[in-house]
Amino acid sequence: MAVKKRMKDFTLMEKIYLPSIVAGLGITLQNMFKPKYTMEYPEVKFMPSGHYRGRPVLVQEEDGGERCVACGLCSRVCPALAIDIQAAETEKEKERYPERFEINMLRCIFCGLCEEVCPEEAIVMSKEYEIAFTNRQDAIYGKDKLLTPIADLQERIEFLRGNK
Amino acid sequence: MGKFILDGQEIGFKPGQTIIEAAKEVGVEIPHFCWHPSLSVSGNCRVCLVEVEKMPKLAIACATQASEGMVVHTESTRALSARQAVMEFLLINHPLDCPICDEAGECKLQDYTFSHSVGESRFTEEKQHKEKRVPLGPHVMFDGDRCISCSRCIRFCDEIAGESELTFVNRGDRVTIQTFPGKELKNPYSLCVTDICPVGALTNRDFRFKARVWDMSNTASVCPGCARGCNIDVWVRSNEILRLTPRQNDEVNSYWMCDEGRLNTWKHVNAGDRVDCPHIRRDEGLSKATWDEIYSKASAELHSFSSGEIAFIGSATSTVEDNHLLSKLASHLHCKNIDFPRHIVPGSGDKILRREDKTPNAAGALAAGISPVKDGLGFEEIMVAIKSHKIKALVVVEEDIAAMDEKYVSALKQLQLLVVLASNFNATTELAHIVIPAATWTEKNGVFINFEGRAQRIRPAVATEQMDRSLDGFSMSRLDKFGTKFDRWGNYKKYDARPAWRIFLDLGHLLGLKAKFELAEDVWEDFTKHSPGFHGITYDDLGETGLTVKKELHKV
Repeated sequence: MAVKKRMKDFTLMEKIYLPSIVAGLGITLQNMFKPKYTMEYPEVKFMPSGHYRGRPVLVQEEDGGERCVACGLCSRVCPALAIDIQAAETEKEKERYPERFEINMLRCIFCGLCEEVCPEEAIVMSKEYEIAFTNRQDAIYGKDKLLTPIADLQERIEFLRGNK
Repeated sequence: MGKFILDGQEIGFKPGQTIIEAAKEVGVEIPHFCWHPSLSVSGNCRVCLVEVEKMPKLAIACATQASEGMVVHTESTRALSARQAVMEFLLINHPLDCPICDEAGECKLQDYTFSHSVGESRFTEEKQHKEKRVPLGPHVMFDGDRCISCSRCIRFCDEIAGESELTFVNRGDRVTIQTFPGKELKNPYSLCVTDICPVGALTNRDFRFKARVWDMSNTASVCPGCARGCNIDVWVRSNEILRLTPRQNDEVNSYWMCDEGRLNTWKHVNAGDRVDCPHIRRDEGLSKATWDEIYSKASAELHSFSSGEIAFIGSATSTVEDNHLLSKLASHLHCKNIDFPRHIVPGSGDKILRREDKTPNAAGALAAGISPVKDGLGFEEIMVAIKSHKIKALVVVEEDIAAMDEKYVSALKQLQLLVVLASNFNATTELAHIVIPAATWTEKNGVFINFEGRAQRIRPAVATEQMDRSLDGFSMSRLDKFGTKFDRWGNYKKYDARPAWRIFLDLGHLLGLKAKFELAEDVWEDFTKHSPGFHGITYDDLGETGLTVKKELHKV
């Protein structure tokens, strides 16, 4: 255990403080000439790579449809119960699709379990981190906000496949 | 009763019992797909293979009779490897489409793949494809790819429904199920095949894709479709009924229920025409009112008539509790004119389950005293007496009298006071002066007594405005447990309706009736005190499957 020095035990150099202040200012001066790591957000945006878990989005195929078959696994695995799905029947070969797919962004904790559990690679974490709203209703993202063209998600999908 | 050894444990068997049946009785489940307790043995799925000592080959437990001193191993190396091999064969052509399949979550093949298979497929070739999305009949959809050819549905139609409609066609891995030429799967019990199908090959067209089974809660209840009172489960998500399934009760319905009961007894609960709050007729028609308003108006008006001018019409679709308080109220007002209309549809019954009496509680209504007191008028007589202005005030419980017969409409128009308890707006509420929203059979506790005198409980599955799923003993799904009013699935519609017995209790208090009940259970207790044959029987005694209280209670 370190023994606390009392004022009466200080040496002269310690008592006058000035040398320590000068040493501290010296470190400040050195850092002024080193490279900067701070970003000027929002003028400069952070561009994450494929590993980043931004808000979850639905993969939109090139024909405009969603990959999702509304199996409900993401909704089941979601620890925060953020995902609400209503399935319905379609004429396509995969006969089930989400008539309603909603993620409550106030509930989402960005854990990525939905993406991990998805058997269709239909829900992935995007790079988007700018999520703001002014009321609870706006926090519920429907298919209009979730569907993202597959071209924009290539980096994440490749990252996921590399990990598997 | 003989004894044999199953996995080192000595168990008893009755003569003629198979290994699988004897094991089931002591709570050991030998895996099975094609075997069903109430169907004949076909022995084609081979997953119940067990090792029997001194037998040269493995034997199928569903078709091998137990015999004295037999030594059976279900978990030996040979039995296990055979079971895993069978699972591997069954999965060769079974598509991996669980995400799309509606059976997922209650699928026997899914469960057994998890518990009894090696977890990997060695099959790299193209799977055999068959017809998908084939409507076999008005209610059932067939997916050939998923079928594992267990033949349960075929045997059900042959043996239980008594109408051979389905059969296997083709051979080997091309075998599939079809209806006989020119036939459809449309026997009155056709939807039972979706319950017994161990995979998602047969699905309920009414329920397809509506919800995942794990998102719903299920509540043990009784079907109100006819006097049989089949035991059922009510499946609810976001306070909305999505399907009914039969619940096993060997005394009543075995494993089955009819399509009519399954599909047509609950649609009105979710319908848009629910009576959502009390209504009073004013000059411009029916308009919304508060509960206090209708109670004070109804009691004041009833008070202004003499007991001979009032009549009460109970209902065999309401519970014993509802009818008990109605008869209590009637006798408090010294009213002798009390009865309920019968809903007998000749020719609509059969020897399986369906009864000609389309109400679930005619015996209960009679036991609760819904029949004319000495010198009182019966249902038809009441309607005649209304026409001749003898009866001026009528209280109707959950019956759409105006829709029953054209001649009743003109009679009802003569009334000075018509109080109707109804769950949905109908032809009778159109003529009513006061409409009181009554809870449906899925929104209240109560008892139905079927034609055999069996008393069975119904339980609330859908919450009304006065109820809370978490506080009122509802069966709860995960979504119910954690939902808030800010979640779309937690912010569901609740109707402002009350059970008929509570309405009569509140109304009775204003008319000077001295009775105090908090719960439906208290009303039942009061009923049992006054009804010989029911003494001392509590809700707990009735339990999940009910109790046959009294044979031959009456003839409807």
